[in-house]
Amino acid sequence: MEKFVRLDGLVAPLDRANVDTDAIIPKQFLKSIKRSGFGPNLFDEWRYLDVGEPGQDVSQRPLNPDFVLNQERYRGAQILLTRKNFGCGSSREHAPWALLDFGFRAVIAESFADIFFNNCFKNGILPIVLSAGEIDRLFWLVEATPGCRLIVDLERQRVIRTDGETLPFVVDAFRRECLLNGWDDIGLTLRHADLIRAFEDRRRSEQPWLFA
Amino acid sequence: MPQTLYEKLWQDHVVHQEADGTALIYIDRHLVHEVTSPQAFEGLKLAGRKPWRVSSIVATADHNTPTDHWDRGIEDPVSRLQVETLDANIREVGALAYFPFRDPRQGIVHVVGPESGATLPGMTVVCGDSHTSTHGAFACMAHGIGTSEVEHVLATQCLLQKRSKTMLVRVEGVLGKGVTAKDVALAIIGRIGTAGGTGYAIEFGGSVLRALSMEGRMTICNMAIEAGARLGLVAVDEVTIDYLRGRPLAPKGHLWEQAVAAWRQLHSDADASFDRVVDISGDEIRPQVTWGTSPEMVVPVDSCVPDPSSEPDPVKREGMERALRYMGLRARQPIREIRLDKIFIGSCTNSRIEDLRAAAAVVQGRKVADGIRLALVVPGSGLVKRQAEDEGLDRVFRAAGFEWREPGCSMCLAMNADRLQPGERCASTSNRNFEGRQGTGGRTHLVSPEMAAAAAIAGHFCDVDEWQ
Ligand code: SF4
Repeated sequence: MEKFVRLDGLVAPLDRANVDTDAIIPKQFLKSIKRSGFGPNLFDEWRYLDVGEPGQDVSQRPLNPDFVLNQERYRGAQILLTRKNFGCGSSREHAPWALLDFGFRAVIAESFADIFFNNCFKNGILPIVLSAGEIDRLFWLVEATPGCRLIVDLERQRVIRTDGETLPFVVDAFRRECLLNGWDDIGLTLRHADLIRAFEDRRRSEQPWLFA
Repeated sequence: MPQTLYEKLWQDHVVHQEADGTALIYIDRHLVHEVTSPQAFEGLKLAGRKPWRVSSIVATADHNTPTDHWDRGIEDPVSRLQVETLDANIREVGALAYFPFRDPRQGIVHVVGPESGATLPGMTVVCGDSHTSTHGAFACMAHGIGTSEVEHVLATQCLLQKRSKTMLVRVEGVLGKGVTAKDVALAIIGRIGTAGGTGYAIEFGGSVLRALSMEGRMTICNMAIEAGARLGLVAVDEVTIDYLRGRPLAPKGHLWEQAVAAWRQLHSDADASFDRVVDISGDEIRPQVTWGTSPEMVVPVDSCVPDPSSEPDPVKREGMERALRYMGLRARQPIREIRLDKIFIGSCTNSRIEDLRAAAAVVQGRKVADGIRLALVVPGSGLVKRQAEDEGLDRVFRAAGFEWREPGCSMCLAMNADRLQPGERCASTSNRNFEGRQGTGGRTHLVSPEMAAAAAIAGHFCDVDEWQ
């Protein structure tokens, strides 16, 4: 997994609450057995005017000019600003894969759906929770300022606006460590292989029917 | 200290705990399907790792599989590759049980797990699918995981978890005529919202839950994720134990006795305290119909589509307006006047034998309305299908004009050929009414099997008690 320490990136505003994983990446694209290549179909139903199918040449598809990510001023955005309950719906990791593949490394929202939130950390995307008031002000700032950037500083757990205002956020210590170092969860867990084995042996003797 | 059921299950599975509370949790049962596993098996292989305990794995193909013309195999090459990849992976690593495409026991993973006895009380159950919450009906700590976590469980038999807060949703009273577990689930979501359960493990209790069958309890736990909770729970009682007795993978003989004694402890202690308690009167729940593009946008069938102009919160109001536009509905339109194009009875929420019996009872001796283009019944598994056929339910549905299909996820998420066309309106017994969920531009109304059946006959929603 790629490290996440500090990001200075362009912000794109997606002004909707309850953006679900089917909207982030429609299911016809989930048939792939790969982890990459989902970026061109991120928010497919909103981004294009036609119906998306796997294997199309996306450069030939009609873009929806009203959709925010199609606007020139947000090209190359790495930070997505959105409303509450982002990522609700499915547990499919294709949603964070698509965001990452498109170029997003951080998502700022009032709240996230649990499983999606978790999946972001596993893929080097930082989900940041800010208050409704802070989010409102950020929307206002981003829309009023072409080329609006933010600095996301994971080490010090704060978002820094170009006007110098800083917005503190909190990330679990363990997840923060993993992201800062780009650690692979599985490798970390396997350091405890003896503990797992001991736990398993005890469980097998106490509740043998679980191991039938 | 008195403990909640969730706390008991949590404590029973902690292998190790970090200083910030992140815990390594042992996983007893790993359910695997074709969509979320290929990248995990590939990752495992690339890292040169071996699966930790293959006897924890139960696998089946469900999301992509067609529901008709099984003799032709899977015609869509992309879907076929995904299913074949699962075949190859399981062939290589092994499993406790595998129900591949066309096996008589194949079906939706959340139907197959319980019916085979692979889901047992007190287990941690995970699957790369958010509706894994279904298995909580058996007092399991069961939740969906992403593909990285599928790989993590394959490699380590554990997951890194933070303990959830606890919520008790207590539904007391007696359900009225035509009111089902699905209506209870939708009413709960209508009350607490789709983010209401975020961060919580919800235990469902009260006299209404105790009176429900395992099928009904699974329907409610299945929808816990739609209330934002990763997992739902119901305590073990005689209903649970009776359901499990004799299932192929359930313990036998003296192990059964030993297991049952342990399972009887799986309930919250009388004076355990929860972080949040929600009380709902079961007597007041009416048959429910969703009108919008989120499961919380739900109202009783005998009411009207809500009016966004009376919503004070601007973000919510805009969401409602957008939903009405997408759904092609007017504010204050009576729900009963909404006409349907398609009917879908199926999905891991409502495709078990009891659901099919209830729908068949409504349909019996009647005909699907002329305006309905397609009425589909998709049993949850091959075994459900066979039992329904033994009981003659397929003939009831067919005689009325329904199509009777092979098991799978089908039009719940429209990854196979079963889907809505743009603008088509569907009464569906599934769990998600998001934009495009059942096909691009498709409009989904979530309802119970009885309501879907009645809507098929009437051509529009109607009060299901009229049918009984
Ligand atoms: S039936 Fe629907 S919700 Fe259930 S597992 Fe299949 S796709 Fe997911």
